[in-house]
Amino acid sequence: MSELESLYQDIIVDHVKHPRRQGLHDGATVESHQLNPTCGDEITLQLTLDGDTITDAAWTGRGCMVSQSSASILAEQLPGLTAAEVGERIESFRASMRSRGEIPVDEDLLGDAVALEGAAKFVARVKCAMLAWVAAEDALAKR
Amino acid sequence: MSGIATADALSAAEIAAIRADFPILAERVNGHELVYLDWGATSQRPRQVIDAEVAYVEQRNSAVHRGAHTLAAEATEEFERARERVAAFVGAAPEEIVWTSNATEALNAVAYAIGNASLGRGGAVAAPYRLGPGDEILGTELEHHANLIPWQELAARTGATFRYVPVDDEGALRLDLLDGLLSERTKVFAFTHVSNVTGEVQPVAELVRRARAVGALTVLDACQSAPHLALDLHALGVDFAAFSGHKMLGPTGVGVLYGRREHLEALPPFLTGGSMITTVTMEAAEYLPPPQKFEAGTQRVSQAIALGAAVEYLQRVGMDRIAAHEAELGRRLVDGLQQVDGVRILGPVGGAERTGVAAIDVPGIHAHDLGQYLDGRGIAIRVGHHCAQPLHRRLGTTASTRASTYLATTTDEVDSYLAALPEAIAFFRRLA
Repeated sequence: MSELESLYQDIIVDHVKHPRRQGLHDGATVESHQLNPTCGDEITLQLTLDGDTITDAAWTGRGCMVSQSSASILAEQLPGLTAAEVGERIESFRASMRSRGEIPVDEDLLGDAVALEGAAKFVARVKCAMLAWVAAEDALAKR
Repeated sequence: MSGIATADALSAAEIAAIRADFPILAERVNGHELVYLDWGATSQRPRQVIDAEVAYVEQRNSAVHRGAHTLAAEATEEFERARERVAAFVGAAPEEIVWTSNATEALNAVAYAIGNASLGRGGAVAAPYRLGPGDEILGTELEHHANLIPWQELAARTGATFRYVPVDDEGALRLDLLDGLLSERTKVFAFTHVSNVTGEVQPVAELVRRARAVGALTVLDACQSAPHLALDLHALGVDFAAFSGHKMLGPTGVGVLYGRREHLEALPPFLTGGSMITTVTMEAAEYLPPPQKFEAGTQRVSQAIALGAAVEYLQRVGMDRIAAHEAELGRRLVDGLQQVDGVRILGPVGGAERTGVAAIDVPGIHAHDLGQYLDGRGIAIRVGHHCAQPLHRRLGTTASTRASTYLATTTDEVDSYLAALPEAIAFFRRLA
């Protein structure tokens, strides 16, 4: 598999074609808007919480396939997790993304996000992959 | 001046000789020969420019405009000779050329000097430059953020109103609206010579004539013209101009502010401190004449000297011939891009006078993804908003894919890009 194919693999394409939990709504507990100023990619992520547990996640955004699929992948797995569990996943994903491909994405912990592993090899794309995860971190900090 | 190039374009043999001067062009990227089509973001440097900077650092490095030893005198002489070269290159007098860190700082220096005059600094001679409520600053929707935000900020600081000339659906300036926008309330009109997105050459002489008719100062963003066209600032008649060294074969860290002599003499300084004063007491200071009045602190000496060498290199090739070469490349780019299915070129295409710049939008495929594919082929192009968010928003996109050429660009490189682009589009269309 070429590096390009490893970046744009089926799971990514599937999330771009069929984005999960896309579309904002009223009543969310916290929200975060993140912008990548170099390319203009945007993600707005909403979380609804019951105590420390996320009961609903929703997002909207625009940008490249990496940033948009990453938002879909993240939003899909958030409901049911506690803030601490999300924090653990963000840290793990960030460590992989910053490792230039040295640290594989933990598939048991991060599910479909394993498909984003290819982005870690392209320094310029790490920000794209991280955008939604930074939004989640920021939203949870606003609780 | 600017204008349709009439000189002969560069021959293949001449371009080959030029390319041999640029060490980086021999690099391989991702297993491919580098196809560098991002000259508009930053240009590469020929051996002559690199050597000039190294020779200065190794043989003459010293503090300029202070100290009496031999090295200091040689350094000062070389630093000022670079200023003379750059001045001659753009049709200005040496004392009208101020070194800055970059073009952004140059534009801010003008905005802050006017802002300081508006606060009463500079006394009676600076009074005509004062801005306040009721005054207007005019910009355009084409601008790079560097020639936009300083004016928004100056308006906010002084109470003046910022207005702008919009572009049409194609991305051409709405010159038909100029009469309604320019009035005796307009004190400053800031506009670009060549758009860094569309590559279209703007009718500077006409804009200057209209601004002068209402007594407005003109500020020209020459970042995409000084490197690519023969520029004569006196003939154009602008009051201020800014350009950057790293886009014209020079190093980063050096830019240029041009200001007509009477303006630089009358305006108060922006940055203050060492090297720009005559007498300093505990109460106040008196300032050196321009350009030193606007050059506070230690200067970027080796970069300025290297920029002098860059200008010498460009002059040896000939700016009229570089302009002719890039006009051909720009036309080839646009013609080729028009043949690619699903590509929308940003900016006017038919008959517009342009440099070797073309930005495209491919609906349904994000610029970052396209750029990723091209990078895999060793093709370096710019993706993003190119520091022109308002223009992209107006043209209905957030990001575009921009190719930009220079004197070392070959038709083969343009063709490589034109061949890879439909493959890239097909790759992403297949995924979708």
